[in-house]
Amino acid sequence: MNTELAETQTGAPFGAPVYELSRVSKTYARNLVVALEGVDLTLRKGSFTSVIGSSGCGKSTLLKIMAGLIPPSQGRVVLQGEPVTGPRRDIGMMFQQATLFPWKTAVENIVLPIEIRDGKAAAKAALEKAHELLDIVGLKGFENVYPNELSGGMAQRASICRMLITEPAVLLLDEPFSALDELSRDMMNMELQRICREQEATAFLVTHSIQEAVILSDEIVVMKPRPGRVAEVVKVDLPRPRTLEMMTTPEFGEIVEYIRGQLDKGEDM
Amino acid sequence: MTDLSNNSSSTTNTDMLEDTVWTQEIAFIDSVPRWIAMSFVAFVFIGTWWVVTAFGFVSPIILPTPAETLKDMIFVGKNLASGGYMLTALWITILEVIYGFALAIAIGFTLGVLVGETAFGEKAVMPYLVAIDTMPKVAFAPLFVAWLGFGIESKVALAAFIATFPIVVGTAAGLHAADENARMLFKTMGASRMQTLIKMKLPTGLPQIFTGLKIGAVGVMAGAITGEFLGGGKGFGELIRVAASQLNTPRVFSLILYLSLVGLALYLLVQFAQRKVVFWHKERVGSYDG
Repeated sequence: MNTELAETQTGAPFGAPVYELSRVSKTYARNLVVALEGVDLTLRKGSFTSVIGSSGCGKSTLLKIMAGLIPPSQGRVVLQGEPVTGPRRDIGMMFQQATLFPWKTAVENIVLPIEIRDGKAAAKAALEKAHELLDIVGLKGFENVYPNELSGGMAQRASICRMLITEPAVLLLDEPFSALDELSRDMMNMELQRICREQEATAFLVTHSIQEAVILSDEIVVMKPRPGRVAEVVKVDLPRPRTLEMMTTPEFGEIVEYIRGQLDKGEDM
Repeated sequence: MTDLSNNSSSTTNTDMLEDTVWTQEIAFIDSVPRWIAMSFVAFVFIGTWWVVTAFGFVSPIILPTPAETLKDMIFVGKNLASGGYMLTALWITILEVIYGFALAIAIGFTLGVLVGETAFGEKAVMPYLVAIDTMPKVAFAPLFVAWLGFGIESKVALAAFIATFPIVVGTAAGLHAADENARMLFKTMGASRMQTLIKMKLPTGLPQIFTGLKIGAVGVMAGAITGEFLGGGKGFGELIRVAASQLNTPRVFSLILYLSLVGLALYLLVQFAQRKVVFWHKERVGSYDG
């Protein structure tokens, strides 16, 4: 995309809706806590959306509902035209920890989702694709290395491959790099941006870092707690591709300040 | 710029001053190889033993001298090597240990999976296992003799009975070792319960399972010998009991030492298997929680 387009669209996502949530609420029966109330959200093809908010704002509940791990109490959750009623292969997920299994090599870890869904033969057939993905994330030559020998950042790269191997329609990212040191985190965020652009991926990121949300996202969903709800959706109109240098520009600072203000507003903490 | 020139002038200054090099103290024991430290302890132990026996502080019936013990060890060793009656007895005890351990692994692993994987097992079976585990298991020996006779069956039963519980606990703990992320990951991949158990929970829990096996390996030996003490038979434990009743203390000592070699061999076998199977897990030397 070019700068003009970015300006006219003000950085808004472009494609058709991929993931649609409407009036989604979640009340935990156990203690009657309202974790989510009336959340509406649309992820468009190729867009990058972040959700940010203090703890208890329901963002992990939202992510679990979107991953098909827990059902909503109310509302519609539709991915690619089909209601989400459980885990699906067109949902890719990544966690704070790389969670690679130490008894499997890097490639074996990456084809694990195929092994679980389609069996060992299919996993073997997917090995070639796993090699390509490792090449894309810059882990060429580490195919047959065990996770113990990978650094934190390398392990997260491998777990990106594992998420991508099933060619999911949406990537759900649960603070994927928060366990890394700051330098690695910045670098991995830029890598993530590049990979998402190359794969035309639709991504949804849960994060605690406003800077991280701003540098990566087209849209930032600001959530508030008690009950968990969407306070505002902030569009980020910085041009793509984003670079780390942009973090020093006044525009970047303005958006960060704005979101910080939104988060602080009416908070009793 | 000014900074740079300042730097260069300070460099010339440093050239004239002495380097700040100093020696860090290292604890003496850190510079001693393990085998020397171990030999030292053995030397002190045997030395003390020699002093109290050779100078008549203790009656030879209560404690023989190291030399007498060594002499008897050579005698027993010769009998074992020539395939004498002691070897027959040792073989009986070894069989009891092997059968007992195999039985304990089969029962312990099955119960461990039941208790660690199913809610029913955890709720309804575990309390009974804990209750039985707190009982002094040796007290069951006369029952096993009454049920199974004076042959090796009653010894196998007691050995297995003692070794089963650590294996149950190790397996159950191992199945709980997988963290929340791994469980969630398997859920998002749409894994069945069986897949989650076999491809994730069991491999994750292998270090704990092997810890249970190691404790079991120690227990199975104790069980077999206790069974022989209390239920007769023709094993090595019987030889020890007879030697003790004849006040042949050097013989008791040397039999115990040979017996401990069998126990050590079993323990090392389990440890070897652990290193092969759980190749990714770094183990601390001489600890149970490998």
